[in-house]
This record gives sequence, structure tokens and C-alpha cells, in this order.
Amino acid sequence: MMFERTASIGRLGLVIVRDWGKSGQLLFRILFRLPKPFRGFPALLQQIFAEGVLSLSIIVVSGLFIGMVLALQGHHTLAKFGASMELGPLVALSVLRELGPVVTAILFAGRAGSALTAEIGLMKATAQLSSMEMMAVDPIQRIISPRLWGGFVSLPLLTLIFNVTAIYGAWLVGVQWLGFDPGTFWSNMQSSVEFRLDVVNGIIKSVVFGFVVTLIAVHQGYFSESTSSGIANATTRTVVYSSLAVLGLDFVLTAMMIGGW
Amino acid sequence: MNHLVEIEKLHFSRNGRPIFSGIDIVIPCGKVVAIMGPSGTGKTTLLRLIGGQLRPSAGKIIVADKNVHRLNQTELYRLRHKMGMLFQTGGLFTHLDVFENVAFPLREHTQLTESMIHSIVLLKLNMVGLRGAIHLMPGELSGGMARRVAMARAIALDPELILYDEPFSGQDPISMGVLVRLIRILNEALGLTSIIVSHDVQETLSIADYVYVISGGKVIGQGTPKTIMEDGSDELKQFLQGLPDGPVPFHYPAPAIADELIQRNA
Amino acid sequence: MLSQRTIEIGVGLFLLTAFAALLILAFRVSGLTSFFDTKTYQVTAAFDDIGQLKIRSAVKIDGVNVGEVSSIHLDTTTFKAIVTMNINQKMNQIPDDSSAAILTAGLLGDNYIALTPMYSQTFLENGSEITDTHSAMILEKLIGQFIFNINKAAHPSSDQKSVTSH
Repeated sequence: MMFERTASIGRLGLVIVRDWGKSGQLLFRILFRLPKPFRGFPALLQQIFAEGVLSLSIIVVSGLFIGMVLALQGHHTLAKFGASMELGPLVALSVLRELGPVVTAILFAGRAGSALTAEIGLMKATAQLSSMEMMAVDPIQRIISPRLWGGFVSLPLLTLIFNVTAIYGAWLVGVQWLGFDPGTFWSNMQSSVEFRLDVVNGIIKSVVFGFVVTLIAVHQGYFSESTSSGIANATTRTVVYSSLAVLGLDFVLTAMMIGGW
Repeated sequence: MNHLVEIEKLHFSRNGRPIFSGIDIVIPCGKVVAIMGPSGTGKTTLLRLIGGQLRPSAGKIIVADKNVHRLNQTELYRLRHKMGMLFQTGGLFTHLDVFENVAFPLREHTQLTESMIHSIVLLKLNMVGLRGAIHLMPGELSGGMARRVAMARAIALDPELILYDEPFSGQDPISMGVLVRLIRILNEALGLTSIIVSHDVQETLSIADYVYVISGGKVIGQGTPKTIMEDGSDELKQFLQGLPDGPVPFHYPAPAIADELIQRNA
Repeated sequence: MLSQRTIEIGVGLFLLTAFAALLILAFRVSGLTSFFDTKTYQVTAAFDDIGQLKIRSAVKIDGVNVGEVSSIHLDTTTFKAIVTMNINQKMNQIPDDSSAAILTAGLLGDNYIALTPMYSQTFLENGSEITDTHSAMILEKLIGQFIFNINKAAHPSSDQKSVTSH
């Protein structure tokens, strides 16, 4: 009985390692078969549009609300310590260092990541990838690669926009609604926020997340089972694995950054 | 060469299950050859092996005097220019309209001008009777029309070999008739060699020059449509005549019904 | 499928918006005043107790930022804390007999170094040392001092052994 359990754990471990191996192979093929610079460029633009521009609505709205809630909650608690003037720094640091990159990445995984997985999975199921291969056109170079690069490029850009929107939301609540002095708000924020330490580190995080989330989405789609339940499961896995990966990597990156790289 | 494709002692397994255990098939140039068999015997897999998408565990496949699985990526892609393949699910690109779908291989592999591409696409679509549908999207086509567009795309580069994966499945009588006729006409008019993988006995036998029947991973019968109907094992007869019971049993293995009923009521 | 033109415009706007966001974050949110590293020169000072002073803590004159702390280490011979500061090259007329004190910003804020200029005609330059230093005020020492003094005032001649200072 015990052996059964141990054996199944071992089997699971092997499956996971094999999956990661497939992912690595896929990544290798993508990185070494870059889309042709001029021919592939329109496809890349199309993907940045589909993944980045079309995600703007959810990112902007979420950013706004998160900033507003942060300001509300922050003020509520800070007021008890007479530290209301620290609202600016509170919001800016929370957003730039953690909420911006993490929330944007998770939202991206849910909206663009799942769409990618479903699209690629469906192309696989309807033999579009196979027919491309049979017509001597590499589907990895033509279909998968632009989608991967589209994600790498889009996520950091979306994070920047999220950050600004969230801080703006906080300003709306803090200054416009709760009547804070805008001068104090901005100057305290500016003196607490370091460009290199906070803004740039946040962007570095979003680049790493963009890489991981898009790779997971593309992998799940490419290796999905060609049935309706197969694609549905693959889409679910994309969202779940991406979210967990983002949170886990966030911890690792934060530890590295706080320790001073 | 008089055999465009030669398959020798092919063995292939998937997930530990043997799919082919020693298949020998030759496809002569210029002929329409049918490969038939019950569902699940791996007929689509055979086409993918011929196209080089899968590797056999033993044996070899030779297409146009080249051992498919010994070729490197570039040579394999060059070989694929000589092949056209029609997938069961159509395989049309859903984000492109009919014209762009057929033009795709031309844009990819030739340096022809736009006007030449335009002419060639119209000619190919004309052969399959869908010249008027150039601006439709694949989602707007019926199943039969989608198959015909896929055919036009498969012949865009004037291949030597064309592979049909279950071209007749799920078609109404009229589309069936159209497709059957088209396969034969294209073969003659373009000097193609066609391999049809199907389990629609009647339609396939009406146009095939030669037939192979595969079951249980082996070739259980081969011959011209006439000879294969006459002699052959029981297995072959059951398949070709569509008999409900025979070597492939009607009943899924189960204990005797009398015992089962007694058990329940006991 | 949207036309290629619309897509290009869309992506272009996306990139511009993101770039604008970056600029806002850089200049409005984080108070970056220039992208280029301002030229600085190094000055050292020795303190008995640096309190909560950290690397990158501010160095100010009259409350105005003129530089930051670049490193802090312990001198193993004198056992004093040697603080190295990077001072903006533009502030090159600080008298070399100025004093440096470690103060706290606000009641509970971070520590910073406040330079008080004196009267010398020669100025601090790269490698100079500030000799007149005042260490940070440690709250616990202050309280201990306070209690000691109170007791002394209340019981001028009694035994002081009961008071312990840390």
C-alpha cells in the first residue's frame, strides 16, 4: 500500500519534469526561430494589439479601483496614528513594488493568457497547425512565436499603465474626496519613492512575469488534448499555474530585491 | 521510379499500444490508392507518418526516392512542397478568408507577383467549383465547401502526391458525389498520385485503382476493387460488406446474459 | 479582423501611453530630478553612535538636500563609525570646519546628517574629513539621563546606586 503511494508520487514527479522539459524545448525552438524581422513584424503587432491593447480596459478599471480602495483603507488606518500624511507613500510603494506587477500579471493571465491557450488549442484541434506544418511552414515560427513575444512586450507596458492609474485613483479619493492637501500628498510620495529601487524593480518583476505567464499559456495551448474538455482543462490550467507562478516568483524576486540583488 | 511511395515493414506504437505491426504498402505513380479499415486502426496516423510528422519505431517510408525520416528539417520541408494533404477537420485557417487560405502556400513558398497569385488562386478554386466564394470566411462555408477549398489549397503548388484523410465522412449525398468526382478528375488532370484513407467502402471503391485494407495493425487484404470484393478472408468480407457480426463481434465481451439476470434477481 | 492600419494605430497609442506612464512615474511619483548621475565628491566623518542612519540617508544643509550617505563602516582602531558621504559637486563651498550632526526627520522619521556651515575660508573637497561631529540622540540614553537628573535633583545627597543607566 505504501509502495503504491510512493510510486504514484514518483510518477507524478516524472510527469511534471517531463512537462517542464517539453516547455523548455518549446521555448528553445521559439527563441532560436525568431520571426523574420520584416515579414513577421505585422504578426507581432497584431499580437501586441490582441494581448495588450485589448486588455487595457480591465487593467485600467482594476487599477483605478485598487488605487481608490488603497487610499480609503490606508487613510482609515493611518489616521489612527496621526500619520495621514504618509498616504501618498503608502499607496505609491504598495502599487509600484507589489500590487502593480502582481495584479496586472494575474489579470493578464486570466484575460489574455486564457485566450491564448484556447486559441492555440483550437488551432491544434482543427488541424490548422498540422496543415501548416504539412505545407512546410513552421507553425512555431508563424503562430506561436509572435504570440509569445507579444506577451513579453505587453505585460510590462500594461503594468506601467496600471501603476499610474492606481496612483491616480488614490489621488481621486485622497485629495478630491477626503480633502487631503495635494502638495503634501505628492511631495511625501516623491521623497519616499526611489526610481531605481521601486519603479525599476517593479518593471523588472513585470518583465519576468510576462515571460512566465505567456510561456505557460502558450505551452498549455500547444500541448493540449484536442477535445473540447481538453481545451477547457488547458485554459483552466493556464490561469491557475500562471497565478501560482506569479505569486511564487514575486516572493523570490522581492527577497532578492530587498537583499540588495 | 514507378512507385511514388513505398512503405516497408512499418512498425509504430503510441503510448505503448502497437498501432502498426509490419505494414508493406506501395503506391504506384499516377494512381488513386485507397487505404481502408475500421475506425481506430490508425489510418490518419499512417498519413502523418508518410508526411514525416511522426517517426516510426521500425521500418521505412520512401517518398519520391527519399527516405522520409532520414531527411533533415530543410530537406523535409522541400519534400513537403511535393505533397498536399487534406485533413479530416478541414484545417483551413479560420482567420483568413477563402482567397487568402488558397494563396497561403503561394505566398510562403514562391516569389510570384500579386496578380499571378490572384490568377492561380482563381484557377485552383475554379477547378473545385468555388471561384465565387473567394471572399467568404471559413466559418461561413458548409462542410463540403470547406473540404473543396482545402483541396484547392492542397493543389496550389502543383504537388505530385496528395493525401486525403477521410474526405467523405459526414457528407450529404450531393457533396459526396462532388468530392468523389473531384478526386478522380484532379488525379487525371494534374497527373497526381492520390492516397485516400477512408472507411466509406462504396464511394472509395468507385474511384480507387487499388485498395489496401488494414486491421489490427496489419494489411489484411489488397487488390483492385473488383478482386478484393470477391476473394478475401472473413474479416475482409465483414468490413467490405458491412456485416454487423463476424470476426469483429456484435457483442462487447460480457458474461452470459442468463447468468447476469439470475445474479441480479437472486 | 480589424485592418492592419487600425492595429498599428492601436499598438502605437498603447506604446505612447505606456511611455507617458513611465515618465509620470519617474518624475511625478518618484521625484527623479534628472536622469544623469550628478557629479559628487566624497567627504568622511566619524561618529560615536550613528543611530538609525543608513546608506542613502540624506545629507542636508538647513534642511535642503545636498547629498547622501554612501557607506558606513567601523574603524577598528578608534572604534568610531566612519560615515562616507557623496556631496553634490555644485555645493563645493562648504567650509571645512563645518559640523555634522545626525538628526531625526520629524518625531519618528528616518535619520539624516545635517551639516552646519562655520566660518573657515577653505572648503571641503574630495577626501576631506569633518571633525566636529555630533552623534545621534538615542531615545533610551535621553530617558536614562533624564531619570538620573530627576533623581539627582530630588535626592541631592542620597545613594545613586539604585539608578542604573544603560
